[in-house]
Amino acid sequence: MATRRRFLVTLSALAGITLAGGARAQASAERETLLRQITGGAAVRSGRVTFDTPELADNGHAVPVRIAVDSPMTVADHVRSITVIAERNPRPIVAKFTLGAYSGRAQVVTRIRLADNQEVLALVQMSDGSYWMGGARVVVTELACLEGG
Amino acid sequence: MLARIEVPRQARRGDIILLRIAIRHPMETGYRPDNFGRRIPKNVINNLVCRYNGVEIFRAEMGSGMAANPLLQFHAVAEASGEFVFEWVDDSGQRGTERAMLEVQPG
Repeated sequence: MATRRRFLVTLSALAGITLAGGARAQASAERETLLRQITGGAAVRSGRVTFDTPELADNGHAVPVRIAVDSPMTVADHVRSITVIAERNPRPIVAKFTLGAYSGRAQVVTRIRLADNQEVLALVQMSDGSYWMGGARVVVTELACLEGG
Repeated sequence: MLARIEVPRQARRGDIILLRIAIRHPMETGYRPDNFGRRIPKNVINNLVCRYNGVEIFRAEMGSGMAANPLLQFHAVAEASGEFVFEWVDDSGQRGTERAMLEVQPG
């Protein structure tokens, strides 16, 4: 039963990906606008950011996430902030975490809500002002927001 | 607000220690109806700060995308014996505080 359910979920996710193909261009424009709000237009590079989350989340009300950034966390070179973004949530900016050299390790663990299957993102600002981004795709079987939870 | 924090009691100078906090809070999104179909207003813990001997070492600005009963886990470098203070506030203005002492031995 569990296997069948998993199969159906995977199947519907694949269908979703195919249908989403046409909307991709629009989605990327929306993403750009959202990122610009945070970065003020600065370039965003991909890399240095690891976003760990289950690929298949049973419960969209509490999806465990771990964001880790490749940084020495010294006074000269550290992570200043991590912004967690879920574009298909009604309010895409989930949280902003502020860290510093005193953190020692650039890693935050928390639980977020996801209103839909989506690629969740972490936008990281380093102490030199540069922005880096990483993400992970999550398929949610029970969505937050829509089901009264 | 009921909360639980985890701060190690002891560490050696220079150790990276793990800090955890879990707070009991519904983190109301503002989209959920009550039993009469009326919208329950948004009420989330929007800000949490952790200070170590008075110095802010971590801040979380949060929205309705955070899960109910928020859990946060982060790190700090043990520098000197002292106090960790966690403070937070929700949209309704309700505040909470938790404190713990850390004893740091020379590395």
